Amino acid sequence: MLQQGTLDRSRFTKLVVEGVTKWYRSGSVTVHALEDVSLEVGNGEFVCLVGPSGCGKSTLLDIMAGLSKADSGRVIADGQPVEGPGRQRLVVFQEPALFPWLTAFGNVVFGLKLRPDLTNRQRREIATKYLALVGLEGFARASVHELSGGMKQRVALARALAPDPDVLLMDEPFAALDAMTRDQLYSDIQRIWRESGKTILFVTHDVREAVCLGDRVLLMSPRPGHIGREFTISLPRPREINSAKLAELAAQTAAALKEAGAVSQ
Amino acid sequence: MKRALHIALFFGILITIWWLAVATGRWSPVILPSPASVADYLWTSTLDDSLPDAMLVTVRRLLVGYLIGVAIGLPVGLFTSASQLLEDTVGSLALGLQTLPSVCWVPLALIWFGQTETAMLFVVVMGTVWSVIIATDHGARTIPPIFVRAARTMGSRGFHQWTRVTLPASLPFLVSGMKQGWAFAWRSLMAAEIYVTILTGFGLGHLLHYGRELNAMEQVIGVMLVIVVIGFLADRMLFSPWERFLHRRWGTSDQKL
Repeated sequence: MLQQGTLDRSRFTKLVVEGVTKWYRSGSVTVHALEDVSLEVGNGEFVCLVGPSGCGKSTLLDIMAGLSKADSGRVIADGQPVEGPGRQRLVVFQEPALFPWLTAFGNVVFGLKLRPDLTNRQRREIATKYLALVGLEGFARASVHELSGGMKQRVALARALAPDPDVLLMDEPFAALDAMTRDQLYSDIQRIWRESGKTILFVTHDVREAVCLGDRVLLMSPRPGHIGREFTISLPRPREINSAKLAELAAQTAAALKEAGAVSQ
Repeated sequence: MKRALHIALFFGILITIWWLAVATGRWSPVILPSPASVADYLWTSTLDDSLPDAMLVTVRRLLVGYLIGVAIGLPVGLFTSASQLLEDTVGSLALGLQTLPSVCWVPLALIWFGQTETAMLFVVVMGTVWSVIIATDHGARTIPPIFVRAARTMGSRGFHQWTRVTLPASLPFLVSGMKQGWAFAWRSLMAAEIYVTILTGFGLGHLLHYGRELNAMEQVIGVMLVIVVIGFLADRMLFSPWERFLHRRWGTSDQKL
């Protein structure tokens, strides 16, 4: 029955995490980072994973990206088990991780150069298109250090979008930015998501951010990291981070998170 | 323009003081030759090709040896950065030998290779290679891991990752390491050329040495000037473009002139 169910959903499911467990051993300290985490992300869905720092959400994202291995369980992307990092699942990190030796344009082209199916002309066109999509068409030749924090994160977003991944994994990408820049990026990311139709898994510790962006919000609790409750957010889009309705929903979600945190301790 | 004027003025004053000191007649020309006699030496030795030939010999030794040193040092430094075993073995060897003043290789090189070009190259390579290994190793080890993680998600691995991520990311370290390697190579080559006659070609150090033998102070000072100018130009031509690049991209370190 379960098998059948999985098969039926596979057409709509982009990313499946099945019973992932992870331990960290460093010296004398052993941390149980993740315990039997399972989740599914539908094709074109925007899913937010919320939890306090240290709950293992970044670890989970690393495993989904293929950057680290689960001790048990597995991640399936498009029906194929994830064995390592791959262009189909690109990551936007909390720090922009832009390469300082390249221009903004060079950073966006970097991933495209690893696609042998493209000509150089196509690469240039695609990079230009995505820089425009994030609103930085005038900054192609800028060095990384000349960009503001928000602009860097936009370039990082363009770099992740340009190679046309199926899934975008975002690890607290706006956490280090000031509030005004962040508010702008909330509407930008919603627009980009709508226009590109990507599947996005967005990790954050900010409940309001999660409620603003996600179709679904998964709550994660620490020690060991596991997924507790799940909320479907049916507010109409585009959502405004400062709206009263959203604030109310965020407060309810935050209360649930607090409760779950208390239970796990 | 103003800065160029300052520089010209400063050196003008320096040469004037020199000329005045000579004009007092207190020192014999062997101790203190006049600026004119140094200029005359530079002019005649350029006309009879002895100076350009020596410059060519020295610069060729330096460039070839330096390039060999970098060509060996870069990959070895990358390897030692990637493996703890290589770091403990080759890495500590490099660290040890880097502290050895590279002119100390000269006696060994002469016994191994005789008074030949190979001996000179060997000394220059030894002066270069350890600094480059250590700088590359250090640079590759201290790059933020996030660069490699980001590159790997985009499909970069193996050779591509080394050459397109690790190497450029360690560029600030590489440039300072290569500058240090250059400085060591240049000093050790000069010492070696003064110290011993190399039968296969007379370099600048050789001219300096014979200037002393002949008590030709204008030759000694003239060759010293040439050596300063070569060192200065090498710095400008080899490293300034990289430093400007670092400054433009990383936004750090002061831009020179």
